[in-house]
Amino acid sequence: MAARGLARTMAHFWMILGVIIVAFPIYYVFIASTHSVQTILRPPLPLLPGPEAVANYTEAFTGGVGRIGGVSLWLLLGNTTIIALGIAIGKIVISMASAYAIVFFRFPFRMACFWLIFITLMLPVEVRIQPTYKVMVDLGLIDTYAGLILPLIASATATLLFRQFFMTIPDELLEAARVDGAGPWRFFKDILWPLSLTNVAAIFVIQFIYGWTQYLWPLLVTNSNEMNTIVIALKKMISFADADTPWNLVMVTSVLAILPPILVVVLMQRWFVKGLVETEK
Amino acid sequence: MRRTVFPHKVLPWLLLAPQLAITLIFFYWPAAQAFRQSVLKEDPFGLSSTFVGLANFRKVLSDPNYLNALQVTVVFSLLVAFGALAIALFLAVQAEKIIRGKGFYRTMMIWPYAVAPAIAGMLWLFMFNPSFGTLAWPLRQLGIQWNPLLDGGDAMALVVAAATWKQISYNFLFFVAGLQAIPKSLLEAAAIDGASRRHAFWTVVFPLLAPTTFFLLVVNTVYALFDTFGIIHAVTGGGPGKATETLVYKVYNDGFVNLIMGDSAAQSVILMVIVIALTAFQFRFIERRVHYA
Repeated sequence: MAARGLARTMAHFWMILGVIIVAFPIYYVFIASTHSVQTILRPPLPLLPGPEAVANYTEAFTGGVGRIGGVSLWLLLGNTTIIALGIAIGKIVISMASAYAIVFFRFPFRMACFWLIFITLMLPVEVRIQPTYKVMVDLGLIDTYAGLILPLIASATATLLFRQFFMTIPDELLEAARVDGAGPWRFFKDILWPLSLTNVAAIFVIQFIYGWTQYLWPLLVTNSNEMNTIVIALKKMISFADADTPWNLVMVTSVLAILPPILVVVLMQRWFVKGLVETEK
Repeated sequence: MRRTVFPHKVLPWLLLAPQLAITLIFFYWPAAQAFRQSVLKEDPFGLSSTFVGLANFRKVLSDPNYLNALQVTVVFSLLVAFGALAIALFLAVQAEKIIRGKGFYRTMMIWPYAVAPAIAGMLWLFMFNPSFGTLAWPLRQLGIQWNPLLDGGDAMALVVAAATWKQISYNFLFFVAGLQAIPKSLLEAAAIDGASRRHAFWTVVFPLLAPTTFFLLVVNTVYALFDTFGIIHAVTGGGPGKATETLVYKVYNDGFVNLIMGDSAAQSVILMVIVIALTAFQFRFIERRVHYA
C-alpha cells in the first residue's frame, strides 16, 4: 500500500540509509583502490576517488599482484571465470539431463534416482570435508580444474526446479511431437529447450555467483598458487600484522574479485530475481 | 501423472549417469566414510583402526573446546539470522510504501548477494581495521577501545556485521516478493476499520508473511552455520583465542590442520544430523506453503 506525504518521505529516508549501509563497503574498497598506500594507511580515507587509479590498476595487472600472491591477476581472474562458468554450465547440463530422464521416461528405480539426487541437499561439503578430500587425493584431482568443478556440479535444487518445470509441459505437446516422429533429442532441442530459457538464465546467474564465491572447496583442493581463485589469492595476500602489505594492490584485487559477479547480477537482474524467489521457495 | 512418455529403456540411464556418478563418488561415499570413521579409532601411524563405538562422540561432546564452538555457533547464528531478517523486513516494508524509485533501490540492494562471504569479511575488516580502518578511526577519536584482532567480543561483532550485511539482499528480495503477494484489499479493510498502520502491520501483514519468514529463518540459519566459514577463516581464523571458532571452522581445523581424524569424523556426523533436521524442517514448511498459494 503506497503511503502519502510524510510517511513516504520517511520511507525514502530509510531506503537511502539502507542503500548507504549496503553499498558503502563496496564503494569504500573502490575508493581505496584509487589512492596510494600512504593515503590508505592514514585514516580517515577521502570519500572521493584519488589520483592513483591508473597507476594502481596498471601495476596490479602488470605483475604487481604476482609479486605478492605469486600469480598474475590475469591468471587469477581466468581461473575463477573457468570455475564459475564450469560449475554454472555443468550444473545446468547434468540437472537438465537428469530431470529429462525422470520426467519423460519410465524405467525401474526412477523415483529412487530422484531421491538419491534430492538427498544430496543434506550433505554439503562442510559436513564431509575430510573423507571428500581423501577421495580427491585418491582420484588425483588435487590442483586440477576438474577437481575444483566436478564435485560442485551435482545439484539437487536445479534438478528439482527443472523437474517441476518439465512436469508443467502438457501431455498433448509430447503426443503431437511423437506423432510427428520426433525422438527424445528432437523434442528436447526444438520444444523443451526454447521453453526452458528463462529458467536456464535464472539458474545460470545463481550458480555463476555460487561458483565465483566458493571458498572452502578451493581452499581444500588447491595447493599450488597457479590454481588459486581470486578470492583465495586475496586472502593469501593480506596480512594485517605485516606493515609491508601493498594495500593499494589488495584493494584493486578486491574490486576485481567483486565486480564480475556484481555485473552479472545487476545486468541479469530480471531473471535472477525471478529465478531466486520462484525457485527457492 | 504423465501419460505419454518415450519408450527408451537405456537412454534415461545414460542421461542420469553423470549426476548419479558425481553424487555417489563425491557425496555418498565420503558421507559413509565419515560415519565409518566416527566409530573407529586409528593408531597414531594410521596403519590400523579399532572399533570404539560411540567413544569419539562422547569425547567430542565432553570437550570444552567443542562446547565453546557450539556456544559460539549458536550466538553467531542467532545474531546473524535475526539481524539480517529484521533489517531486510524493515527495508522491504519501507520499499513497499514507495512508488517512484523502487527499481533503483532494489538494484542498489542486491549487490552484496554477489560478494563472496570471505570478501565481505575482508571489506568489513578494511573499514574497521584498528590501525587504518576509516570507520575505526572515529571510534578511537571518541576514546572507544576497539580492536577486533585482540578482543574476542570485538571480533565477534565484526564477523556478525559482515555476515549480516551479506545476507540482507537475499532476505530483502524475498520479503519484497512476499509483501507484494498480500492482497491490497486486506490492508484497505484494516484501514477502514480504523487500524493504525503499525497495528495493521502486526495483525495483518506480519502473520501473512509468516511462510516467507519461516522459510528465510531456515535459509539464514543454514547460511550462518555453513556459508560463513569463509568470513571466519579470512577475518579471524577462529580467534582471538577461540572467540569466533564455529563448529564448521573447528571441523576444518581438527581434520585438516590438527589431523585428528576420529574426532573430526564424529563432528562431521553431528553436523550432518543438524543439516538433516534443518532441511526436513524446511520442507515441512514448503508443503504448507503450497496451500497458501
